[in-house]
Amino acid sequence: MTDATLKDARVRHRISLPAIPLSVALAVAWIAAMLVIAALAEKIAPYGYTQLDLRNRLSAPGHVAHWLGTDELGRDVLSRLLVSIRISLLIAFGATAISAIVGTTLGFLAAHFRGAVEQIVLMLSDFQASMPFLIMALAVLAFFGNSLPLLVGLMGFFGWERYARIARGLAISANAQGYAAAVRQLGATPSRIYLRHILPNIASTLIVSTTLVFPEVILMESGLSFLGLGVQPPMTSLGNMVGYGREYLTRAPWIMLAPATTIVVTTLAVSVIGDWLRDRLDPTLQ
Amino acid sequence: MGRYFAIRIGRAALTIVLVVTFAFVVLRLSGDPALMILGPEAPPEVIAAFRKAWGLDDPIWFQYLDYFHAIAKGELGRSMRDGRPAIQLVLERIPATLALTLPAFVFKVALGVPAGIYAALHRGSGIDRAVMMTAVAGFTVPSFVLALLLVLIFAVQLGWLPSGGQDSWRHAILPIATLSLGGAAVLARFTRSAMLEVLGQPYIRTASAKGVPWRKVVTSHALPNAAIPTVTILGFMVGTLIAGAVVVESVFSWPGVGRLLVVAVANRDLAVVQCILLLVALTMVTSNLVVDFLYGFLDPRLRAKGAHT
Amino acid sequence: MTTPLVEVASISRSYSMRSGMFGRNTAVHAVDGVSLAIRKGETLGLVGESGSGKSTTGRIVLGLEPPDRGDVRFGGKPMAAPGTPAWRAQRARMQMIFQDPLGALDRRLPVAAQIREPLDIHGLGTSAEREERVRELLRAVELTPAHGVRYPGALSGGQRQRVVLARALATKPDFLVCDEPVSALDVSIQAQVVNLLCDLQAQLELTLLFISHDLRVVRQISNIVAVMYLGRIVEIGNADDLFARPEHPYTQALVSASPAPGRRSAGRIVLSGDPPNPAARPQGCAFHPRCPRAIARCAVETPVLAVVGADRQVACHLVTGPQAETRDAA
Repeated sequence: MTDATLKDARVRHRISLPAIPLSVALAVAWIAAMLVIAALAEKIAPYGYTQLDLRNRLSAPGHVAHWLGTDELGRDVLSRLLVSIRISLLIAFGATAISAIVGTTLGFLAAHFRGAVEQIVLMLSDFQASMPFLIMALAVLAFFGNSLPLLVGLMGFFGWERYARIARGLAISANAQGYAAAVRQLGATPSRIYLRHILPNIASTLIVSTTLVFPEVILMESGLSFLGLGVQPPMTSLGNMVGYGREYLTRAPWIMLAPATTIVVTTLAVSVIGDWLRDRLDPTLQ
Repeated sequence: MGRYFAIRIGRAALTIVLVVTFAFVVLRLSGDPALMILGPEAPPEVIAAFRKAWGLDDPIWFQYLDYFHAIAKGELGRSMRDGRPAIQLVLERIPATLALTLPAFVFKVALGVPAGIYAALHRGSGIDRAVMMTAVAGFTVPSFVLALLLVLIFAVQLGWLPSGGQDSWRHAILPIATLSLGGAAVLARFTRSAMLEVLGQPYIRTASAKGVPWRKVVTSHALPNAAIPTVTILGFMVGTLIAGAVVVESVFSWPGVGRLLVVAVANRDLAVVQCILLLVALTMVTSNLVVDFLYGFLDPRLRAKGAHT
Repeated sequence: MTTPLVEVASISRSYSMRSGMFGRNTAVHAVDGVSLAIRKGETLGLVGESGSGKSTTGRIVLGLEPPDRGDVRFGGKPMAAPGTPAWRAQRARMQMIFQDPLGALDRRLPVAAQIREPLDIHGLGTSAEREERVRELLRAVELTPAHGVRYPGALSGGQRQRVVLARALATKPDFLVCDEPVSALDVSIQAQVVNLLCDLQAQLELTLLFISHDLRVVRQISNIVAVMYLGRIVEIGNADDLFARPEHPYTQALVSASPAPGRRSAGRIVLSGDPPNPAARPQGCAFHPRCPRAIARCAVETPVLAVVGADRQVACHLVTGPQAETRDAA
């Protein structure tokens, strides 16, 4: 048996030698760059994102003072882009974290209590999955108005049902047989069983789901902001910039193209990493 | 069989109840309707009269039931902007939305399903890779970016087509193209994976091993089985016919339900928003129900499974 | 005579199962009126085919699930309700050894951390004392500290079962339920683990409920053996005596099918008929469709467990003749 495991490990080692494919490496590099930008946006931006340069309005990319050009008010597109990346990533990370925590918790509660609690969680997740999220989000924004915390909280409702289903299913099977049942009969409290044993065991599956939800959150936020219903001026986000740039499509398409490209490349990068992680960590997830 | 359908209908009714509850809860949480409608400067006696007239002093569960009652009778309130019944405003806009989404749906299916089947049957070929790359692009390029790129190319640069409005059939081309391309990519990817899964099944290998011509294996064994999951996603797409046009209608200034929703949200025209919310829920639930029923007839195994859940 | 550590009084447990295409609920009687008593330091072997209810009996005896009827007393006190703080505290005194050691261990923690876990859970000792106790336990199950830093996946099946055993012994429990503890292991390793279990039992004065379908193993470790068939005990008695002179036809078939030194293999009884299905329990004596000696009465009347010898109880209409008279005389 030990021999077999050893050989198995050696074979796996040999397979993993070609290591990370180029596309994944590029995707990781892009995301890392985005994170650095998000952390340091104000420091590395050449201008303040609301700073006007009235002598250089609508100047094209390649300008000496403004690499990515300026908008109608002479605001530096590069500086605005950096700050937008920060805001959009902040919302996407905040929302993804909320939805992962809420979803996993509800999934665990469903698995632990079964019965009525489980039925309610399943009913809510069916409901969430069957209604287009954009419409629900628009309704909430119509009723409550708009603010950054509300937007993050609202986006945090996106995708929770996927974590809840995964966490519930895996926790039920762990409870039915195996390590969770064994630890339970040792006298462990439920919180110990779920946090110390089940959570680490299902973490890889949850992380893979995160890479599926994260790009969708970015798209959803940018869509709302594009429609003028998400992040509000003078604050800026990627979707917000695209929405603003739409007005100047004819005269200054770069205002729109810079944030649009960023959105597309970022979602693509996260998807590429997610696909790769899924193949590596979790072959059971389709 | 009866049990299967009963469960589906029950679930559909439950979704509607949840949507109405959602609207009610959000409506009540968002503030005092009396103050919102009359404004904060209204004299107290006017507010009191309004509260009495609208039953706002009743216990909350009574208001909740009242709300259901009103919705069942089709009383969905009046638009705060022009005072007309909200439902009338919404119904007026439906034809414009369907004028975009119905053709787009046809194109999506006509493009996406054959592309997916072809890619699956020629796995690893150049066309397969092209289909997969387009499909990934379809997921990562948001519809508002795609719409603006199309405008930039065909309206601004080439000047072939108008960039917005609803004056002639030419105005509909770019919105329909936007909706079709994104949807076709999703559908192609989905059809491809459904096909590949079916082609990997033992019965396909058995059929071809015993000498059934490959063309016949595909048409009489693979396609019918791959159709089942594909029907689900098509059903979901029918359900989003009204909701899916929000962004595209806004970009192209197309006067449909989606644009009405965006304007209503921006103006906080609650009656209209609530009406659209219910309309969307109703179309989603109805199309899901139709798909479930089709399923019941297409796949007897599912009926059996339904009896056990 | 001391009072038993574990007393089980006519416990029953049924599950509802949906069967057939009409989805009707049928009750499956997994355990039906089982009574047992295990004295301190003794081992009771519970024998039966799969579906006989022996694992369910083990789980009920350990308090992992409550019985529908009947009750279990541990040290003279009733068992706490599962999931309550009292129940959790009680776990330190009784533990379980599982059939599949890999499934019972968390693959993402080094095994030393898992052996230590019961001490953490029940707050026993200081951190240094716990470390010392883990080393002691590893030694007790014949593993080295080097094994402790490994993950379950890097250990062999026998080593994993030793880890499970060490974890179960961490809190110095009085009572262990071993559910098929060696049947997933290679035959060569089975003997080592069983010997280890025997040694530890003698050393630590453990009380064991040993569940297995393997008569050879049960015979080696048990003082008393109970044979289950479709949720009921059909025969119970002193281990050596029961294997030497099985009374119930089912026990006789089991014993004859199990190879033993010095016994003629010619007298092997081969059972006919379907293997037992708990969802379709036959009327009367559940064993009658397969019994080579069944009479008309067996299909109608369910036999009850009756004392037939000095230390023997049997549930069979055919085993109440001379033995019953002997009992009356005695």
